[in-house]
Parts: sequence; C-alpha cells; structure tokens
Amino acid sequence: MATSGRLVITATINGDERTFLADSRDSLLEALRERLNLKGVKEGCNNGNCGACAVILDGHLVNSCCVMAAEIEGSRVETVEGLAGPEALHPLQQCFLEGAALQCGICTPGFLMSAKALLAENPAPTDEEVRFWLAGNLCRCTGYDKIIEAVQAAAEQMRARK
Amino acid sequence: MQALRYARATSIDEAVRMLREGGETARVLAGGTDVIVQARERRRVIDLFVDIKHIPEVMALEYDPQHGLRVGAAVPLYRVYGDANVQRVYPALRAAAHVIGGKAIQGRASLGGNLSNASPAADSIPAMMALDGVAEIAGPNGRREMRVDEFCTGPGRNALQPGEFIVALRFPQPAPHSGQAWERFIPRNEMDIAVVNAACALTLAGDTVTAARVTIGAVAPTTIMVPAAVEALVGRRLTDDTIAAAGTAAKDAATPIDDMRGTVRQRKHLADVLVQRVVRAAAERARGN
Repeated sequence: MATSGRLVITATINGDERTFLADSRDSLLEALRERLNLKGVKEGCNNGNCGACAVILDGHLVNSCCVMAAEIEGSRVETVEGLAGPEALHPLQQCFLEGAALQCGICTPGFLMSAKALLAENPAPTDEEVRFWLAGNLCRCTGYDKIIEAVQAAAEQMRARK
Repeated sequence: MQALRYARATSIDEAVRMLREGGETARVLAGGTDVIVQARERRRVIDLFVDIKHIPEVMALEYDPQHGLRVGAAVPLYRVYGDANVQRVYPALRAAAHVIGGKAIQGRASLGGNLSNASPAADSIPAMMALDGVAEIAGPNGRREMRVDEFCTGPGRNALQPGEFIVALRFPQPAPHSGQAWERFIPRNEMDIAVVNAACALTLAGDTVTAARVTIGAVAPTTIMVPAAVEALVGRRLTDDTIAAAGTAAKDAATPIDDMRGTVRQRKHLADVLVQRVVRAAAERARGN
C-alpha cells in the first residue's frame, strides 16, 4: 500500500510526459528542482506564504512547497520553463522585462505563473483584481506597481492577439 | 523533511484501513497546505500521508434546496467560493473561503483541512459554526456525525478519535427570511491571518429576530459560539440597541491573548465591532430573502 523511499512518478511536465524517480518525502518543489532540474521554480519561504514556488497543477495555481511530489502522479504541471514559445518569450515575460518588473528575480517565476493563471481565468482584470490575485506572491525589492503594470500590459497584448 | 511514506486511497474503506495500519503517526492528506508544512517543520510527527483526494465522495460538492449543502472534506476552496449555489445561499461561507490564503493556497486548501487543523484563527470555522455545520466522519468504528461547533477542543486539537477523518461537511438549507455574514479584521487588505473574525446567521419575522447564531474566532483557544449575543437578539426587534448589546456580549465572551497580531484590548474591541457588523449584514440579507 504505502510507498516508501524511492518512487517512480509519471506526470506531464510542461506538455511532455516525464517519468522520474523521486523520494516519497520530496515536495513537488524539491522534485521539480532536484529530480527534473527545473531550477526556475524557486524556494522562498517553503511554508506556503511567499508564492516563489507557484506552479500550475492541473490548471490551478498551487505552491509547489505545499504539494507532495507523489501527489502529482498522472497530473499536468506547468512551470516557468514552459512559458516561452519556441520563437519568443511569453507576453508576460516580455512585459516584465520591458517594464522592469523585477530586480533580483527570485519571485519572478512565481509571479509569472500566478499571472498566467489569472489571465487564463480573467483576461481583462481590473488593477484591484490583479492585486488581489497576486497577493500570495511576495516581492521584496521591486515593489508591486511595476508588476501590476506589466501584467496589465501583457493582458492587453494577449487580448489583441485573439 | 522527516522520512515519510505516501499512500493514495480511492475509497473511504481503503483510507480507514491505511490509517489503521499506519497507526498514530499516519495523517490524512487533503490539500496539504497546513499538514505538509507541519511535517517539514516537525511540528507534528508524521511518517505516512494517506491522500484522500482520489475518493470521489471527498471531492464532491452537492446542493439542493431540500437537503442543503454538502461539501466533500477535500474540495479545494476555489471550488467552494466559485460555486453559484454557495454564492447565493451561503454567502458567509463564500466570504471566508475567498480570503483564506492566496490563490495558490486556495488551489489546494479545503474546509475539511481548515477544520481539522483547528487553528483558533481559522477563517472558515466561524462561518461553518454559524451555518450550523455538521461534520461527517469515517473511522475504524464506521461513520458518525459531529457538530462543527463541538469539533475543535484546543489550538491544533480536535475531537477526532485515532484513525478517524472528516469525509464531508453538511450545512442545512437556511430558513426563509434568513441571512448570514462573515467578517474578519486584518491589518493588510488580504493574505493575512485574522486578528479577529466573526460570523452570524439569523432569521427575521418582520423586524424581530426569531433565531440567531453568533460566532467569534481568534479570541479564545477555539472559535466560540456566543450564546449571550444570541440571547440579546432573539425575540427582540433589531434596533441599534439590541445590535450593540450583541456586540457587548461578544466582547465579554472573548478571552483573547496578546500576541504579534494583536492585543487583548484590541481583540475584545474587534469582537464587539465585528459582531455588530455581521449582525447588521446578516439582517440586511435576511430582509432580502
């Protein structure tokens, strides 16, 4: 019944089916970084407060530090590594760059994934809705205004493309 | 992280068996947003997680006007506050679920988890108690039910027996001319733990209160009911004076502590203010129902 120690996990990671070894004590954050070498997923607080490790699991935003790796068997996981297309950055990434919505960058992958989840649900959010949605992502150097502006700029570009 | 095994249950019976075999260091894993952190920080000794999210009953949310609302213990909060019936019929529950943690927490965290974790400041518990919630419990001796207002026994402690877990939470259909409200005070706009929270459900006949439930959280070792506030309201016309009396009753019932989130004095004051607010808001909704 219970799986102990090493376990084999199969899940769809950024669109590719992957089978990998993990430890039954690994969090999803640890598995993504250490087993799959997806270092874009950042460890901040490791207790669910800061959002640096946010990824999209089966279409919903989660903190990967608060999910066990074993839980994702058969699931779809999206990380920042899957955000850019083959030719160009994702509009969110481009707008964060152009709008200087980052400094040290540790919080950025979490903000990008969180913003992606927001725009998937609400393509035309108000500033207040963006702030409420991103409240679970903490930034300790840029401050939030440029991040909100970058998300709105990306939302506008994404709406124009449709 | 401590050495930890993982097991996935696909039925209630299987989960009960896994928990029995795992003994007292086995824990149910619902959303995991509290229990994974507690395992990592070794605040609880856990060597087995029994994942209950693949049990259909535990993930179901059902409503009908005859039986009311039944929320599977591990239904994530985004599904609770996103549900049209919850929004329309149980606005106090919707309000609490909508502001527990941020979006990434709401993608996993659940009402069953919030209740089992038994934090004195848990945001959903005042709402669930005001709505007369009942927990359906499974365990080695079969199924039983427990009122939500009898579930928490102290900070981080609950009345579950070894091997038991919550399967679902049930809320009756509110009576006609009823209203409900939930509020909390935090110093930020969002993403914070309550300094005080409060909820009220009441029923009106004209301007007279015929039934009420008033709860306050983060002012005692567990969320508490305030019977004195109910006494101040029931059988009386809803006036500024009766509402103020309910607030005063809440202030008197509160036995908070000083900590980094607030002082005794501030929390007692907030209990008064928030109870007055939730009574007013609940009455406003009752008049519209």
